[in-house]
Amino acid sequence: MATIELRDVVKKFGDKYAVKPMNMTIQDGEFVVLLGPSGCGKTTTLRMISGLEAVSSGNIFLNGKDVTWAHPSARDIAYVFQFYALYPHLTVRDNIAFPLQAQAVKRDVIERRVKDVSNLLKIKHLLKRRPGGLSGGDQQRVALARALVRHPAAFLMDEPLGALDADFRETMRAEIKALHVAQKATTVYVTHDQIEAMAMGDRIVVMSNASVQQIGTPAEVYHSPTNLFVANFIGSPGMNLVKCHYQGGKLTLPGGSVYVPAEGWQKTLDHQLGDNQTVVLGFRPEAARVSGEPKISADVFLVEMNGSNVLLDLHLDDDNIVRIRTNRGVNYGLGDTINFDLDPQMVRFFNPSTEAALVME
Amino acid sequence: MSELTLQNITKKFGAITALDDVSFTVKDNEFFVLLGPTGAGKSTTLRVVCGLEKPDSGHVLLDGVICDDSTPADRDVAIVFQQYSLYPTMTVYDNMAFPLRAPGRRLPEAEIRQKIEAAAEKLRITHLLKRKTVQLSGGEMQRVSIGRAIVRRPRVFLMDEPLSNLDAKLREALRAELKHLQKVEGVTTLFVTHDQIEALTMADRIGVLNRGRLIQVGTPEDIYDRPANMYVAKLVGSPRINLVSAERVDGVFRLTEMGIELPLEDSDHLPDHFTLGIRPEDVHLNPEGKFSGEIGITEPLGVETVVHIHSQEGEIVSLASGLIQLNFGEPVRFDINRDHLHFFNSQGDRI
Amino acid sequence: MNTPKSKRPEVNYATRVDKVTFKSKLTRNLKAILTVIIAFIVLIPVFWMAATSLKSRADAVAAPPKVIFEPSMEGFIGLLTQRRQVTAAQGLEEIKQDPNLKWYDRVMLNRGQQIVGKSEYVGYLKNSAITAGISTILSVLFGLFSAYAFSRFKVAGKGDLLFFILSTRMLPPIVVTIPIFLLYRQLGLYDTTFGLIILYTVFNLSFSVWLMQGFIDEIPREYEEAALVDGYSRLQAFFKIVLPQTITGLAATTVFCLIFAWNEYAFAVMLTAQKARTAPPSIPSVLGTGGIEWAQIAAGAMGFLIPVAIVTFALRNYLLRGVTFGAVRR
Repeated sequence: MATIELRDVVKKFGDKYAVKPMNMTIQDGEFVVLLGPSGCGKTTTLRMISGLEAVSSGNIFLNGKDVTWAHPSARDIAYVFQFYALYPHLTVRDNIAFPLQAQAVKRDVIERRVKDVSNLLKIKHLLKRRPGGLSGGDQQRVALARALVRHPAAFLMDEPLGALDADFRETMRAEIKALHVAQKATTVYVTHDQIEAMAMGDRIVVMSNASVQQIGTPAEVYHSPTNLFVANFIGSPGMNLVKCHYQGGKLTLPGGSVYVPAEGWQKTLDHQLGDNQTVVLGFRPEAARVSGEPKISADVFLVEMNGSNVLLDLHLDDDNIVRIRTNRGVNYGLGDTINFDLDPQMVRFFNPSTEAALVME
Repeated sequence: MSELTLQNITKKFGAITALDDVSFTVKDNEFFVLLGPTGAGKSTTLRVVCGLEKPDSGHVLLDGVICDDSTPADRDVAIVFQQYSLYPTMTVYDNMAFPLRAPGRRLPEAEIRQKIEAAAEKLRITHLLKRKTVQLSGGEMQRVSIGRAIVRRPRVFLMDEPLSNLDAKLREALRAELKHLQKVEGVTTLFVTHDQIEALTMADRIGVLNRGRLIQVGTPEDIYDRPANMYVAKLVGSPRINLVSAERVDGVFRLTEMGIELPLEDSDHLPDHFTLGIRPEDVHLNPEGKFSGEIGITEPLGVETVVHIHSQEGEIVSLASGLIQLNFGEPVRFDINRDHLHFFNSQGDRI
Repeated sequence: MNTPKSKRPEVNYATRVDKVTFKSKLTRNLKAILTVIIAFIVLIPVFWMAATSLKSRADAVAAPPKVIFEPSMEGFIGLLTQRRQVTAAQGLEEIKQDPNLKWYDRVMLNRGQQIVGKSEYVGYLKNSAITAGISTILSVLFGLFSAYAFSRFKVAGKGDLLFFILSTRMLPPIVVTIPIFLLYRQLGLYDTTFGLIILYTVFNLSFSVWLMQGFIDEIPREYEEAALVDGYSRLQAFFKIVLPQTITGLAATTVFCLIFAWNEYAFAVMLTAQKARTAPPSIPSVLGTGGIEWAQIAAGAMGFLIPVAIVTFALRNYLLRGVTFGAVRR
């Protein structure tokens, strides 16, 4: 088991930064997710930890030992790829045994470990088959088994569920999480899917444009995003972000509705931005409560049935749409006007020029 | 402005039956979604409708007129594909003008310009008109494709997973835009997808297709609340519905694997053995709940948290609102909302 | 590499996975030098040929060979003209006084030769151009349409047909020249440009079908289908949508067909005599006329090489992509 530390790690391709200076410590047994859109540097970071990619500068420590320039095989780390990377000419059993054979482990030990790990992942019945004939989910289970069988110090996973269809993905997501809960192996997991990140991570590292935007628990990144990018990226749909005018303790929304923020926020806004300013109001779809009295009013643009609940797309004015979540059972028509209030606990503010979140004083 | 009907369509490719006696009607102005996994026959249906594929039997009717023998060009339908839908050698403008310059229409260039500009405005792609299509991002490409389809006001609008290749945020945005556009423009639309969320959020009605058979047709509420069989129940809803085997013993029901007993009123129509479907949102964590179990893993999704509860041999998934913190292995009590239970017989059909 | 050197002492460069980042200026320069050397070795014969074609008769046979020489167009002029020897007694000096003389007349007169007309080689070159040009156009055109049909439609016995088409390529040309020779004599196609065009077209067709099919298979059907639904006929969709996307493949196929038809020797030597004779069989015959005219032979080879080089150069951007994306993947 292991801790992983990145100290000022940088990766440049030519003059372009793939990863800007990055500092992070991953605790023993922690499940950390690197999350971001494609091209944000998350996979490069993972590859640097594994040693498949050299750092441009900075250092990587594994259990306190500097492994920046150690060969991947010397790092005692297992890597799970998106496209399984199973050897097609070997049986499932031989695929799983492969890393052990490389370490010249004794035969009976190999047998025992393969058996244990295939029990754990429920792939015992597949051991004699070849990977080619297996479903995507089973292939990924085999790939996980091959990673697990070595008892590595840490797991690195690069979008292991990316190639599965939605149905399997949900099942495998729970399985990997259960596996982690049982084994408590340090894991770094890369994904572009925020739902996956939220569901699996102890902590999430949100990345964009080669730099870290926020590191935090799922609850932190969901409820207290540090900037507009994180606010929009996390959540499905993301946080509603509305440019408002702030004056005399009141916010004027596009379309003319007036919202009075809590006193704490008024003080903060006065202090950090000043009066008569533009500010970005942020709230999650579930923060809105439809009410009879006219608080914030908007027109129904679209009703999206979402299974257990309904998402309403509302027009504040022609350019500003907000989405709110309501219970099923009420029928809204296109163009109806709806009034809603916001849960004061769930209101956030952002500085429109720096895009950073304001912190309530 | 028109109605599309499929009558008993069957289509075979060699020994494989791609479509097996499929019949449905897309009403005027309706947004109809065909939902099913890969290989269910969704795309074949679209291809039959536009005349790219001839059915072995059955008829396609447009506005009540059989059009089995008309060419794709004559049917006046428009299609948007998942990808490759823009002609790579042309500019965006020429792409959009392409259908209007077709031999059967051949509108004057001035009129074409006017139409394209209006459509571009609506889809917010005016700034792209002069670009080459290879310079566009995925989202922009699909916007243009939709524009190209809309600009000629076809009788029926066909879409073959047009959002599947886009990333999540873009998909969400375009979903809403597309749905709204469809309602405002009033185009009869047949939309094909494997994504149940897309189907639920966009459709006026959904047709569930599996292995070439149409299993159920209904509004999103029908499909979600009254799935015709276990297949549909599993297909729709995330996290997936709990399906647990149950037996009837002395007037109560025992959920076999979980050792839970569930009293039910008027249950005489149920067989001795059946499968019970419980949506995760109908399993409530409640300190005073009737049933007990152990917390398995929890998956905080943001607006809600998926909680796996272990009970004896079985597992049941609960959807709790908000982000809640629970520890693995902790004992927990819960209730099951008995108003929305689903019963399936041994064939998997709804009872 | 911003890290101070002292900070990573135990670096074992031999085990580094990612050597790419160590690409220094030195290695890049080394690469460039290596490329130049290889190019130089490869191009020596070509250079030699080019040099010889520009040498005078004396320089061409000088031993040791002259690297620095006074360029002369003798070789080229000799190749393209018929001349007669003129001695001083026959009034060489008087002929030289003629004000109507062109520059090439003077060059040859300095060698004591008077130009009396075009050589046969000019006609052969023309034949080559016509034969190769037309047969290439035809085989690419037929290949394009057949390949499209094979790619898009259900053709009965598609696999067998494709194999059959390819099998025409399996026999070396030399094996079939005799039967074809007999056939052509009966049909009156012997020594006709038309006959040669047919032969080259057919011979190239198999290659062209296979190559083009690879390219067309890679163009997603959705494009044409969208066009069909948009209100166009199959043929219109083909010309408006498919054709523009096959340019790369067309270019590659054209170059390969052209090179074959242009260079073809065996058929040409057997099936033509005079009227339809192409350039390749005629170059060696230059050897015959009074001593070995190295400059003329080199000029003939150069003149022969240049058209193909120009076409290949003009289409080079398509070629690389064409070769790597098309047939190779099949």
